[in-house]
Amino acid sequence: MMAYIIRRLWQMIPTLLGVILLVFVIFNMVGGDPAYVLAGKISNQEQIDNIRKQLGVDQPYYVQLGIFAKQVITGDFGASWSTNEKISNILGTRLGPSLMVLVPLLFLETLLAIAFALAVAYVRGSLTDRAVMIICTAGMSISILVYIIVFQYWLAYKLGWFPVQGWGNSFWENLFVYSSLPILIGLVVSIAPNLRLYRTFVLDEINQDYVRTARAKGLSDNTILWTHVLRNASIPIITHVMAGLPGLLIGAFLIERFFSIPGIGREVILAVERSDFPVVKAITIYVAVATMIVNLLADLMYKVVDPRVQLK
Amino acid sequence: MRAITMTTREHEVSPGLWALAWRRLRADRLAMFSLAIVAIFFVMMVLSSIGLIAGDWSKEVGINYASPTWFRDEAPPAPPPGTPEVKPQDDPGVQPGASADGNGVETKDESSVVDPLADVLKEVRTETANATQAPVVARLDTLAFGADKWGRDVLKKVIKGSETSIFVGLASAIVAVFLGTLLGAAAGFYGRWVDDFLNWFYNIFTSIPYLLLILAIAAVLNKKGMTTIILILGLTGWTGTFRLIRGEYLKHKEREYVRAADAIGASNTRRMFVHIFPNVSHVVLVQLSILVVGFIKSEVILSFLGFGVPVDVVSWGSMLNEAQSEMILGKWWQLAAAGTTMAILVTAFSLFTDALRDALDPKLK
Repeated sequence: MMAYIIRRLWQMIPTLLGVILLVFVIFNMVGGDPAYVLAGKISNQEQIDNIRKQLGVDQPYYVQLGIFAKQVITGDFGASWSTNEKISNILGTRLGPSLMVLVPLLFLETLLAIAFALAVAYVRGSLTDRAVMIICTAGMSISILVYIIVFQYWLAYKLGWFPVQGWGNSFWENLFVYSSLPILIGLVVSIAPNLRLYRTFVLDEINQDYVRTARAKGLSDNTILWTHVLRNASIPIITHVMAGLPGLLIGAFLIERFFSIPGIGREVILAVERSDFPVVKAITIYVAVATMIVNLLADLMYKVVDPRVQLK
Repeated sequence: MRAITMTTREHEVSPGLWALAWRRLRADRLAMFSLAIVAIFFVMMVLSSIGLIAGDWSKEVGINYASPTWFRDEAPPAPPPGTPEVKPQDDPGVQPGASADGNGVETKDESSVVDPLADVLKEVRTETANATQAPVVARLDTLAFGADKWGRDVLKKVIKGSETSIFVGLASAIVAVFLGTLLGAAAGFYGRWVDDFLNWFYNIFTSIPYLLLILAIAAVLNKKGMTTIILILGLTGWTGTFRLIRGEYLKHKEREYVRAADAIGASNTRRMFVHIFPNVSHVVLVQLSILVVGFIKSEVILSFLGFGVPVDVVSWGSMLNEAQSEMILGKWWQLAAAGTTMAILVTAFSLFTDALRDALDPKLK
C-alpha cells in the first residue's frame, strides 16, 4: 500500500512539471509583457516596473521559467497585480466560503442522487421511471444560467424566502441563511444528470447473478439494493464524484458570482476580468495538484470499497 | 444496363456500416424527430448567416421593452406604454429621451419666457431627423415575442443568437475532434515514445479543470472575437476524443487487415487514415455531436461572463446576460426566448446523439 502511494506520488512529478510548463507558456509567452497587459489598468508606472522585475521579463525565457518554478515550489506566488494582496492570503480567505457552499452541496447531491437512482432503478421500465427520466433530460437541457436567474428572482427577490445575495460574518448565518439558496440551485442543476448516470450504474448491477442468488436465498429487496447492489455500483459512482471534485471548486463560479459569495470561483472570474495573472496562475497550479491527489485518493477508495481491486 | 442489374442480383450486396446505422436510426421515431429539430436549427443558422432571415435583427422596431402581444392584456408594462402620438417625438435621435422630454417641458413654459435656444434646438432636431434618414416610424407597442431594451425584436434576435451559438459550437467541436483524432491516431498507432509523450500531454490537460483552463486562456488572449473563442474551446476540448481514438487505434493496428495492408507496402499514413480511420469514424462522429452540445453550453457561459463573443455580436449567452438585469424590471421574455430555444436544441441534440451512438454501435446495448 505504502509503496503504491509513494510510486503514485513519484509519477505525479512529470505531470506537475508539464502543468508548470503549460501555465508558463500560456501566461508568460502567449500573455506577453505585463507592461502591455496592464496598460490602462494600473496607472502607476513604478508598480508595473516592479512587476516586470519580479517576473524577470527582460531575461531569457529559461530564467523566467526558473522564477516561476521557484514560486510553485515555495508556494509563494507574490502579490495580486490589482489589489496588492498576498496571494496566499487571497486563497486562504476565499477557500472557506467556497467550501461552505460546496461541502453540503456535495453530500446532499450525492446522497439524494444515489437514493433516487436506487428507487428509480427498482421500478425500472415503469411509468414513474420513464417520467423521471424525461424530466431529468428536460431539466438538464436548460442552462444553469436560467436556473440561477429565475430562482434568484423568484425565490429571493419576489418571495423573499432567501437573501438575494451577500455573505455574513458568522459561520451559522452563512451556512443557513446565505448558502441555502445557492445550495438549492446547485442541487437542482446537478441531481438530474447524476441521477441518470447512477441509474445506469445500478442497472448494470441489478441484472447480475449475485442479485438473483441473494433474492433466491430470501433477502429483502431493501437489503439487496442497499448492501449488495449499492456496494458494487459504488466504484463508478466514486470515480464520478471524485473526478468532478476539483472542477466543482471552479464550476461553482457562476453561483458565487450571482450571490456575491467571496469564494475561489468568483476570485477566478474577477482575476480574469482584471488580467490579474498571478492569481489565475496560482489557482491553476493548486487545482491541478488537488486533481492529482484526488485521483490518487479515488484509487485508494476503490481498494476500500472492493477488496478485489489490485493496486499496481 | 442489364448486365449491371444482373450482377447486383447475383451477389446480394451487403449493406455497409453507415447504411445499417441509418436503417436503425430511421426505425427510431424519437431519433428522427430530434434529427428534424436539429436540422431545422441548422437550416435556420445557414439562412440567417447568409442574411435571408433575421438580417434586420438590429433594427429597433418596437418601443423599449415592448411586451409580447398575448401578454400585454394581463399586465401593461410598467414604463408609460407611450401612445403612438408621443413616441415618434422621442424617436429621432440616438438617445434623445431625456433631452427631448426636458425640451418639451420648456416649450410649454415658453409663453411667458422666451427660450433663447428654441430656434437652435428646432434646427438641430430637424437636422438629426434628416441625418439619420430614419423616417419617423411609429414603433410597435407589442411584438409577437416582445422586444429588448432598445426595442429590437426578440424573435429575430434569438434567431441571430442561435446562429452565433450553433456556429461556435460546431466550429470548435470540429477543431477539437480534428486535434483529438490526429493526436489519438498518432499515439495509438506509433506507440512507444510518441504514445508516452502524448499521454503526458493528455495528463497535463486533464489535470486542470476544463473551465479553469478556458478562463486562463481567455484571460491571456484578452481579445474578443469568434475566432478566439472557437480556438479556446477547440484547443482545450480534445482530450476525450484523444483517449477514445487512441484506444481504437491500439485495438485496430494489430488487426489482420492492417497487417495485410502493411504486407503489401501501404505506408504508415495510408494505413492510419485510409485503412483504419474509416473503421473508427463512427467514434469520431459520436464525439463530434457530444462536443457540439458541450461547446454550445460553454460558449453560452463564456459569452454570459463577457469573455466570449464581441459586444456587437449577439449570442444566447449575451442575451442571457441582458436578461439578468431585465428580470428585475419584470421583463422576462428575452430570458424565456433564449432559454427555451437553447433547451430545445440541446434536448434534441442530446437525444439524437444517444440514438446515433446506439445506431452506430449496436453491440453496446
